[in-house]
Amino acid sequence: MAILEVKDLEVYYGVIQAIKGISFEVNEGEIIALIGANGAGKTTTLQTITGLIPAKAGHILYDGKDITRVPGYKLVSMGIAHVPEGRRVFAELTVLQNLKLGAYTRKDKEEIEDSLKNIYQRFPRLEERKNQPAGTLSGGEQQMLAMGRALMSRPRLMLMDEPSMGLSPIYVNEIFDIIKEIHKSGTTVLLVEQNAKKALAIADKAYVLETGTIALSGDAKELMNNDQVKKAYLSE
Amino acid sequence: MMSFLSYFISGVSLGSVYAIIALGYTMVYGIARMLNFAHGDIIMIGGFAIFTAVTTMGLPPLAGILIGVVVCTVLGVTIERVAYRPLREASSLAVLITAIGISYLLQNVALLIFGSNSHQFTSVVNLPNLVLADGRLNISSTTIVTILSCIVIMIALTTFINRTRTGQAMLAVSEDRGAASLMGIDVNKTIAVTFAIGSALAAIAGALLCSAYPSLTPYTGSMPGIKAFTAAVFGGIGSIPGALLGGIILGVIENLSKAYISSQLSDAIVFAVLIVVLLVRPTGILGRQINEKV
Repeated sequence: MAILEVKDLEVYYGVIQAIKGISFEVNEGEIIALIGANGAGKTTTLQTITGLIPAKAGHILYDGKDITRVPGYKLVSMGIAHVPEGRRVFAELTVLQNLKLGAYTRKDKEEIEDSLKNIYQRFPRLEERKNQPAGTLSGGEQQMLAMGRALMSRPRLMLMDEPSMGLSPIYVNEIFDIIKEIHKSGTTVLLVEQNAKKALAIADKAYVLETGTIALSGDAKELMNNDQVKKAYLSE
Repeated sequence: MMSFLSYFISGVSLGSVYAIIALGYTMVYGIARMLNFAHGDIIMIGGFAIFTAVTTMGLPPLAGILIGVVVCTVLGVTIERVAYRPLREASSLAVLITAIGISYLLQNVALLIFGSNSHQFTSVVNLPNLVLADGRLNISSTTIVTILSCIVIMIALTTFINRTRTGQAMLAVSEDRGAASLMGIDVNKTIAVTFAIGSALAAIAGALLCSAYPSLTPYTGSMPGIKAFTAAVFGGIGSIPGALLGGIILGVIENLSKAYISSQLSDAIVFAVLIVVLLVRPTGILGRQINEKV
């Protein structure tokens, strides 16, 4: 069953059309990758889903409910978490404060403590640095914090925007391992990545965005062997 | 020596009022990223609300303050909802001009209701003065209550921000509105709460200010408003300890220059010090050293 359906979505920045009527769906339990070049509209798509940018036309359905006009902050308690591009951790707040803000919509104190323990287990480095301002963490650690913060809301669907951007190769591998783990523990993942090779390797299905439209879509393994994709995105 | 101490203490007291007002400027700036130039006039409205309750209707001072706080809180939240929220995505200049417009609106509404004559405000503090050093140092009870109120407010506010969910949401919104909304924080509600707190504090500041300087007119709020804004910039706008520090320093400088240099030049001296501080530290004493896009 589709947990997220995007239908004929159109988004504008002023008079410039960034998304030109795209449709795709994410089924419960899948990892779906959106790949494409810079400026293709990947980030815009995610930001429109979580209400940071308004949609001009089209529909976004979550769990069958139309959420196109639902204010973004209400989606968190509905089960959608968004790890934004550039991580956007609260740099002046401590790691712990950041994580607790991730659980902002939850009221169950004890369970929040349990979630916190889980996050620390998954990311031991965050526990070591829990009282440090988030701005003092390295890029990879900030990415882990952004993911941990999103997990604190116990999402059913997690949107991740360029989690590997700007990270060293060691961290990139680690981040992709973490995404696999998050998926394995039952969270559906919609992943936007420029690192198409890595994204396709872990995804079930993928959509290729080109200047605001979906140019290609299909099974991730098949796309990996598609000549067009190989040439344009896998630099082979 | 005793007279210096007396001027100094009343300077700290005046500075405490500036600090309480400056909190309103600094919190709204830090969280909503706007300068609420109508903030000073909310103090005046608070003053008139308390004046009406206590002097005209004969209610006890504490009830009067409570009414003033309610009136100012409702007013502040309403102004934010009606005048500022629709301009959330507009240029900061448009918001600034709107705030100046609201300031004139409040002054003229007060003028219409209460007239331009000054009203004699009855002090909300009815306690004996503190007499020290065999009567050589006489500190008024208003002065003491003002300083204590400022300390209590500072502690309460800091605790609120550090210990409550809403406080943490305010910090999150002040740093990154978009990311805050991704945490499930209602940014509009958080900004409304900020205005509510700032305006409630303005009512308290109004009560203390008018108790120390009992002549109340529709323009009572503007000069303290400008000075408290100066104090907020001086201490580093957006910073709560900065508002406290800036307010106290400003009050002390103002009072000492009134006493020892010239009462006419005291305002000029205060602003001259501000200019010098901003030349050396453009972000104020405790301001963040960041490049802000305005």
